[in-house]
Amino acid sequence: MPPVDTPLLAATGISKRFGGLAALTNVSITVQRGEIFGLIGPNGAGKTTLFNVLTGLYAADAGELTFDGRHIGGLKPYRIAQHGIARTFQNIRLFGSMTSLENVMVGQHARTHAGVLGAVLRTRRTAAEERAVTQRAHELLDYCGLAARANALARDLPYGDQRRLEIARALATEPKLLALDEPAAGMNATETGALQTLLERILADGVTLLLIEHDMKLVMGLSHRVAVLDYGEKISEGEPAAVQRDPKVIEAYLGGPLV
Amino acid sequence: MEIFAQQIVNGLVLGSIYALVALGYTMVYGILGLINFAHGDITMIGALVSLTIIQLLAAAGVPVPLVLMLAVSGAIIVCTILGVSIERVAYRPLRRAPRLAPLITAIGVSILLQYSAALIWGKQYISMPEIMAPASVTLFGAQLTGLQVAIFTLACLIMAGLLWFIKASRMGRAMRATEQNPDVAGLMGVNTDTVIAFTFVLGSAIGAIAGLMIVLYYGLGHYFMGFMLGLKAFTAAVLGGIGNVAGAVLGGLLLGIIESLAAGYIGDLTGGVLGSNYRDIFAFLVLVLVLVLRPSGLLGQHSGDRA
Amino acid sequence: MIVAGNHPLRWTAWVAVALLLLAAPFLVEAVLGRAWVRIADVALLFIMLALGLNIVVGFAGLLDLGYIAFFAVGAYSYALLASPQFAVHWPFLVLLPLGAAAAALFGILLGGPTLRLRGDYLAIVTLGFGEIIRVFLNNLNRPVNITNGPQGITLIDPLQVGGFSLAQTHSVAGLTFSPVHNYYFVFLACAVLSIVISLRLENSRIGRAWVAIRDDELAASAMGINTRNIKLLAFAMGATFGGVAGGLFASFQGFVSPESFHLIDSIMVLCMVVLGGMGNVAGVVLGAVLLTALPEALRYIGPLQQRWIGEVLVDPSDLRMLLFGLALVLMMLFRPSGIWPARRRTAVPAAAGAVEKSRATR
Repeated sequence: MPPVDTPLLAATGISKRFGGLAALTNVSITVQRGEIFGLIGPNGAGKTTLFNVLTGLYAADAGELTFDGRHIGGLKPYRIAQHGIARTFQNIRLFGSMTSLENVMVGQHARTHAGVLGAVLRTRRTAAEERAVTQRAHELLDYCGLAARANALARDLPYGDQRRLEIARALATEPKLLALDEPAAGMNATETGALQTLLERILADGVTLLLIEHDMKLVMGLSHRVAVLDYGEKISEGEPAAVQRDPKVIEAYLGGPLV
Repeated sequence: MEIFAQQIVNGLVLGSIYALVALGYTMVYGILGLINFAHGDITMIGALVSLTIIQLLAAAGVPVPLVLMLAVSGAIIVCTILGVSIERVAYRPLRRAPRLAPLITAIGVSILLQYSAALIWGKQYISMPEIMAPASVTLFGAQLTGLQVAIFTLACLIMAGLLWFIKASRMGRAMRATEQNPDVAGLMGVNTDTVIAFTFVLGSAIGAIAGLMIVLYYGLGHYFMGFMLGLKAFTAAVLGGIGNVAGAVLGGLLLGIIESLAAGYIGDLTGGVLGSNYRDIFAFLVLVLVLVLRPSGLLGQHSGDRA
Repeated sequence: MIVAGNHPLRWTAWVAVALLLLAAPFLVEAVLGRAWVRIADVALLFIMLALGLNIVVGFAGLLDLGYIAFFAVGAYSYALLASPQFAVHWPFLVLLPLGAAAAALFGILLGGPTLRLRGDYLAIVTLGFGEIIRVFLNNLNRPVNITNGPQGITLIDPLQVGGFSLAQTHSVAGLTFSPVHNYYFVFLACAVLSIVISLRLENSRIGRAWVAIRDDELAASAMGINTRNIKLLAFAMGATFGGVAGGLFASFQGFVSPESFHLIDSIMVLCMVVLGGMGNVAGVVLGAVLLTALPEALRYIGPLQQRWIGEVLVDPSDLRMLLFGLALVLMMLFRPSGIWPARRRTAVPAAAGAVEKSRATR
């Protein structure tokens, strides 16, 4: 067990190019245990690219990734998920032909063991695991306010529910760090309020949060610290209030007020 | 050494035909991300149509150059009409469907073409009437027939023409834009439906010419001939880097040479254990090896998955 | 549906279905003749094949166009080790698992390099593989005669349990069990087993992972699923079904040749899956039965043409292929989920869900 005072996630000097385009240049962030870390920046600043590097969808061209004391750079997405980083997607990527319940059950895949033989013979152990998985899935749906939607197909859910289902599915992987890519996108004020409550509750339950969000009120209100990306470079980092006053940040957002 | 030179020559000629068919696969894949399984069968239709025209006209005593002109025109007309209709009816409605759907329709269309051809032409091998006196020249110890020279030259001209067309013409630019990003190309005023239809026209027409070349070269046509041809041409496209037009040319020529050499030498290499009846498996071996070692192909940039 | 009632009703329905299935060969023989009992046997084999392919195509969303190759591997494994070809006669209890294992091995060898790539590469590689297997079966009679080439292998041992040979006619309790009847019951047992295995896999951790990969592979890997291994597992499982069915086929026919393993046969099994409803076990079973019976029914088309038009214009087997091709296109365009679409069943019945809820609110 690594000492508790090490950062949960340390990304150092991350660079990523796509052909001639530098999507990320020498970006470093550290996320401490038990905080909400906000990642903001104009469209195309490289936020989602950074997420994709952190979760193994892209391999970084340069830089190091340490998570919970382990090097995770270059690992496959499923290995990173097993190490404890879960994510949601900006453009929702649920398993559309499955029910909400099954989506959350899939999230528990890496934490369970039943194989083909167990399933075919329906051994006692498999049956017990299956019951536990089902129950846990119901709990998580309930936790995210989706208890009534358990048996609805994911693709039939309203937009806000789909976003929450992505969170429930991610939580099912038992993450230490939950990375949320614009969770409030497309939500109305009431839904955003409920989301804020949910995220605070997740934090209170011991999961660290990394948050990409365009809703400044939400991200500045929730985050303990934020980093600002612009054109693939980190231009500012610190407590929300300080970052909001940073002239570089104001310039990046075309001089407009942030809140 | 002479056998070697001969196999290289044979391989280049065969490879140039593979390359022409591969162009059809690679252009459609580049723009739609779809393996058009029916493309090999389009070539087959082109082959059988031109064969029929040649049979009819040669018997009537029409001069040979005119026969060939009419045969190739007939094949091109039939194939482009088929190609465009297939795109319109079977692929266009599925452009936004899950990946599996257009692949399955493509297989269905391929079967429809094969067995429609079996209905029209029967299931026997159809042989080509002798219309040209065989002439040959010797080059580096290898025998070249006039037909081989003609096929290779024409194929090279078509490929060069296509490369130029895609690079320099307005439609070529629109094709490249659609390949990069159909949505953005659409926003920029490119009519992507037209571009895609045009890609099928181009691929089918080139396939028709390749079909004529095949029947001239082998002297035979058959309703199932598009299957192996398609498989090999697709392998050529993957070898060169699927989606890359120059890659298809390179892949086709290379595959022709590899196959020719392997078929020529396999008996000696294995001490007679394996004979040339295994020649069809080389394309397959090449395909698997490329996919394992370099899935993006020789000239491809992006790897298997477009993010 | 009949089975969805309360318990006694449900059991009655099941018992009725079971009795009907057991009586079927005798009923079929009485009404349609013995030839149709044989067709029923073949239909049961195709149910096994189609369910195997359904794991690959329907559950995991991987298009395998050379599936019949695994059937061929199973059939030849059995044929070679239970015939005069090598003068060995191993028991089927050894040979069926062996054939399944051989087919699974081929599946892994083929899937290993290709499954990490996009699905369409798999389609073309399996297409090629199906043909290559046939090239080998056709040519491996020289220099050492292994497969006996195009002539195929004859005099394959029938299934034999103890002293009871399925290739002989037996009389039990006034009923005559000819070989087609005997095989019917063995194949029925295997088909039912395949259905049970398919259903259990579908509603398991592995089955959910397959569907997750089919729906969104990238999201599945981000949720901690080792997509490559799970896809390989689907491929191997599908191949296993094909291998077992192949072994049964070899013993049933007593004869195998490369001609039984054409691309056309792969396409036919694919049609069963697509037509019935990709991913839906019941639909796939229906598809297999319909498409086995259809070509047999089409046989009557030939004589009909003869009588009405005076000549056979369309060869029935060509007509069958034309219909298959058309069916694939039309199904994808108008009814992509098949005639009996998969409705992902809820993993727990509603009652259990209510219990969970009441517990959560307590």
